[in-house]
Parts: sequence; structure tokens; C-alpha cells
Amino acid sequence: MLSVMRNVIARDLTLAWRRRADVFVSVLFFVIVASLFPLGIGPEPKLLRVIGPGVVWVAALLASMLALSRLFADDYADGTLEQMLIGATPLSMIVIAKVFAHWIAANLPLVLIAPLLGLQFGLPADALAVLALALALGTPSLSLIGAIGAALTLGLRGGGVLLALLVLPLYAPVLILGSLAVEATATGMTAQPYLLLLAAMSLAALSLAPWAIAAALRISYE
Amino acid sequence: MPSANLQNESASFNWFKYASPQAFFPLAGAIAPWFAAFAAVLFVVGLYIGFFVAPTDAQQGESYRIIFIHVPAAWMSMVIYLAMAFWAGIGLAFNTRLSGMMASALAPTGAWFTFIALWTGALWGRPTWGTWWVWDARLTSELLLLFLYFGFMALQAAIDDPRRADKAGAVLALVGVINIPIIYFSVQWWNTLHQGSSVSLKSAPTMAATMFTGMMVMVFACWAYAIAAALWRVRCIILERELRTDWVRAYLGKQT
Amino acid sequence: MLEVSNLACTRGERTLFRGVSFALEARGLLHVAGTNGSGKTSLLRILCGLGAADAGEVRWRGEPTRALREAYWREVVYLGHANALKDDLSATENLRIACTLAGRPTTAGAVRNALDSFGLAACAHLPVRALSQGQKRRSALARLALSGQAPMWILDEPFSALDVAAVSHLETLILAHVTGGGNVIFTTHQTAAIDASITQRFDLDAVAEKDPC
Repeated sequence: MLSVMRNVIARDLTLAWRRRADVFVSVLFFVIVASLFPLGIGPEPKLLRVIGPGVVWVAALLASMLALSRLFADDYADGTLEQMLIGATPLSMIVIAKVFAHWIAANLPLVLIAPLLGLQFGLPADALAVLALALALGTPSLSLIGAIGAALTLGLRGGGVLLALLVLPLYAPVLILGSLAVEATATGMTAQPYLLLLAAMSLAALSLAPWAIAAALRISYE
Repeated sequence: MPSANLQNESASFNWFKYASPQAFFPLAGAIAPWFAAFAAVLFVVGLYIGFFVAPTDAQQGESYRIIFIHVPAAWMSMVIYLAMAFWAGIGLAFNTRLSGMMASALAPTGAWFTFIALWTGALWGRPTWGTWWVWDARLTSELLLLFLYFGFMALQAAIDDPRRADKAGAVLALVGVINIPIIYFSVQWWNTLHQGSSVSLKSAPTMAATMFTGMMVMVFACWAYAIAAALWRVRCIILERELRTDWVRAYLGKQT
Repeated sequence: MLEVSNLACTRGERTLFRGVSFALEARGLLHVAGTNGSGKTSLLRILCGLGAADAGEVRWRGEPTRALREAYWREVVYLGHANALKDDLSATENLRIACTLAGRPTTAGAVRNALDSFGLAACAHLPVRALSQGQKRRSALARLALSGQAPMWILDEPFSALDVAAVSHLETLILAHVTGGGNVIFTTHQTAAIDASITQRFDLDAVAEKDPC
């Protein structure tokens, strides 16, 4: 079973690598959205420092959500997903592998580029580190919860917008904790409780979401 | 105790009998008007107590009276989501068609109550806080709850096959019901840490007995209304879904 | 080995079929016939566990397939309309991952032989997007050459888009599988040499709902 999961991860990463333009588009979207905020609000450094954590997190949320439609859509269109549904490995395991590969391809770049955006908003160095850490701990739950939405909206018309409607309200806790972590550091307090809660949420999502994703995929096929 | 056993058996038999849409349809039609009438009477009584009998609040004056609508609506918005998730879960576990229909029938009523809770909250906020909208923890979680309702309804509307719509909606409702407490507590935390408004939408600490009575009457009125509305809506859904069956044709033939 | 009892399937408001029952013993070669829209694909999807029937049951070695799940799927090969190939991967890579998913890991040599046998040796390392329609279909079918141990083959229109040589090779493969103790269920609109060996035929038009539509 583990070797199957390893193979699926390797396959999805290979595919992501051969289509690396998609990854760049996601990252670019993230950067552009975050850069638009100062244009809309004004270049006042103090204000930007206050809204910085929230803006970067919201932009990351949107970028992560936009990438979700790629998670199952291709496999659905070319019939590979069918073979996964009737494969010898439990679907929830395959789903974990797929979401993990998707996280590496679509969310890890966001984690790595986020400190740069934090710099644009004048966040102090330790807050930048916490920003990356909070994103690294929080985005797995975004991918896992988002995958449920992606599986439910598979093959539906207007799937992309619908996906946003389903998934974004569920992202609220991660957004709150993630921004609070960065803000706490920026104002000289400890970010530890928030980071621990983000990690806890990702673990909880890891234990529950795969079943929901697998069930949703089967429902979309029946 | 043979008689008790017999009763049990007949009770469980009835239960399963009404799990079929065809059997449930006339039952729903028979009880819905009762709940509607009940709701109408309770609304009149509750509003009368709320607006004419209950004393004026010492701090907030007359504007507090909106809680007679706001608080029951806010309660119902959450109770109905729970009920929706409950029926959705039953439908998913036992593959019963009627449960899915119940879940879809409850969603619009729940969304309405959520909307009313938000709207009355805003109306109350204007004289109390001097602004229509405050990012108060309760209002914010109500807003997110409204989005969850919209998501549920939009997902069901986007799916043509009713069976898939029921099951997909069920998964979403269950995911939502697990997330609601998480959302609620994180929003509450977010609110206290950002030192938002110090006034909360909770009513005055000392609540007069008549206020409490009025509120409870309104709560029961809302329950009765929600049940009546859901039953009527589920009747429409049953007719729509079973349009091709003989019994619906016979029923519609009788109507015209 | 495979028993089907009283299957019914509806799509939206339309009933595709009702009361479909048959049994397939070892060495059975079942041709599912029917006009367009008679529900051949739906039936095959229910048989392999992708679709849900509105009524009835599919049993494999006496157990309902709904309960067997992975234990059943390990013994089934399903080939649908979609080729289940990733455009960005080569035929070799596609075949390897397909076998891994099916729980039958293979070696590089076996994969090469399978592609060879379908005449794909020259383009085994090209991305599938560069292949023609027929070549894509053959890459998908090459999976069968590596699925000898799986007793149940369910093939939806396997002969479509194939040239004469590929058709005859596929027929040999199917017949060898059946004589080796396996089962094959397939649909086709072409009349082929395989007709003579068909042991069972199921005509969906015979059980179709007579519906005024």
C-alpha cells in the first residue's frame, strides 16, 4: 500500500513538474493579489504592517483554492480517476497521496515565497519566519478541506466558483489562527499556541478529510 | 409484557412505513397545517408579550425588544443546520431517499433564519453601537453560517441527478457540522484578541420574567414555523422527484 | 463466478433497464449487446463497481461486490471509454502506474513486452499526447497483456479505433484469457472473428423499459 502511495506521489509530482507553468501561475497570482492591497490602501508603512499578515494569508488562501480545481479534474477527464476508484488500494490512501503531492506542488511554493511578500509589508524578520511556518502548518488543512470541495464539485458546471463558495467559509479558522500567529510575533508576543493549533487542525483534517474526499469522489461517479 | 412488545413492534413498523416518500406525503400534508396554525398563534402571543407586556430595559430602552426576534432566529439557524446534518447523515448511512429530501427542505428555512438573525442584529446595532455592522463574534459566526447554507443550496442546485445532489449535500453538511464549533470558537477568540466591541449582543444580565416568557413563546413559534415550512417544502420536493410514479399522477389528477 | 440479479438502472427520470439477471461461469465470454443509449456502459460500470444500481445486486464468488470492494477490484480489469492515460506521461510510465494502481506491480521488461506486442515499441517513450487515437487506445489495451492473473475483464468497446492487426491481436489476447480460465465481458458494435467463441450474449434491448420518449 505504501509503495502504491509512493508511486502516486511520484506520478503526480512528475506531472506537476512537466506542467510547471501552472505552478508559476499560482505563485504569480499569490504575489499579484498581495501586491494589489498597498495600491488600494495606500503606502502608509504603519498601516501596511498592521494588515500585512492578514493580506498575505488571504492571498495564500485564494491561491491555494484556485489550484484545487487541478487536483482531480485532469484525472477525472482522462479516466485515470476511475482506475483509482476501482484499484486494489483503498481510495482514501490514494487520496492522501494525491493531496500530499498537490500540497507540495501548489502550496509549498507559496510557503517559500510568502516571506518575500511579508517584506513588502514591512514585517519584522521574526514575523517573516513565523509567517512561513504558519503557512507550512496551516496550508495542509486547506488542501485537505479543499479537496472535499473539489471532489464534490467534480464535473459540475460552474465548478470553480461553486468550489470557492463551498470551501472559503471552512477556511476561516485557519485564516484566523494563521494571521494571529504572525501578528502576535510582530507585536512581540509568542506565536506558539497558534502554531500548535494550526498543526492540530491539519492533523485532525488528515485523519478525517480523506474519508470524506473518498466518499465524495464515489458520489460524483455513481 | 406482550402488549408492550406489540406496541413497540407497531411503532417501529410505522416508522419504517413513513420513511417512504409516498407514505410520508399525506402525513406531512396532514400535520403541516397544524404546525402552521400553532406558529401563527404563538407568534401573535409572543410578539404581544414582547412588544406590549415586557418592561422597557433600563440600559437599552425600547430597542432591546428586537431580541424577541433576533435570539429565536439565531437559535433556529443553528438548530436547523444540526437537523439538516442529522437527516443528511441518516440518508448517507441508510440510503433512504426521504432523509435527503428532508435535508434539502430544511436548508432554505435555516438560511432564512440566519438572514433574519443577521438583519435584526444589524438593526439592533444601529441604536446600540451606532453602526449597522460590527465584527462581533456572534454576528461573524452567523455570517459564516449563512455562507455554509448558501454553499449547501448552491451545490444541490448545481447537480442535476437528485440522488447525487442528496449525497453530495450530505457530505457537505456533515463536514460543515464538524467545522461549525471550530469556526465558532476561532471567531470568538479572534474577536476577544482584537478587542472588538465590549458590548455583546447578549441581553441584559437580569432578565425580567415576562421577557423570558415572551422569548420562549417566540422560540416555540419559530420551531412550529420551521417544522411547517419544512414539511410543506418536502411535499413539493416529493412531488417533483416522484413525478413519473403512478401515485403522483393519480394525486395530481385528483387535484385538477 | 459472477452473478447478477435483478439489476435496475435509471438515469434522471429515464429507466435504462430493469430486471437484468445473468450468471457468468469461468471461461465465459459475454457479449453485452444493445443499441446506443440502451445502457451498456452503465451496466458495465455497475458490474465493475463504479456505478450504483437502483436495485439488484452483483455477486462475485457468491459475495456481494459492494461488500468485497478492494478484494473484488484486485481481480477485475475495467477498460472504459476513456483511456486512463496521462497526456504528459509516456506509454511506459502510464502502463507502470496503471499496473501499480491495480495492485499488480510489474517489471520494466514486462512493460516493454506488453507495449511491443501492441506494436508500440517505437513510441513507448513519447508523451502520450504525441500519439494517434489508435495508438492511445493500444497503449490503454496493453494493460490487458499484463493482467493475466486478474480473472475478470470488463471491456467497454475495446475494438473501437483499432486497425486490423490490433483487432486480431486483441482477439487472441481475449481468447487466451478465456481459455486460461478467465472471464471477459465486453461490448462492441463491430462484428469480429471473436463472435464464434462467445459463450453468452446479453441483449439490453430485450429488457429495455418500453418508454414513450
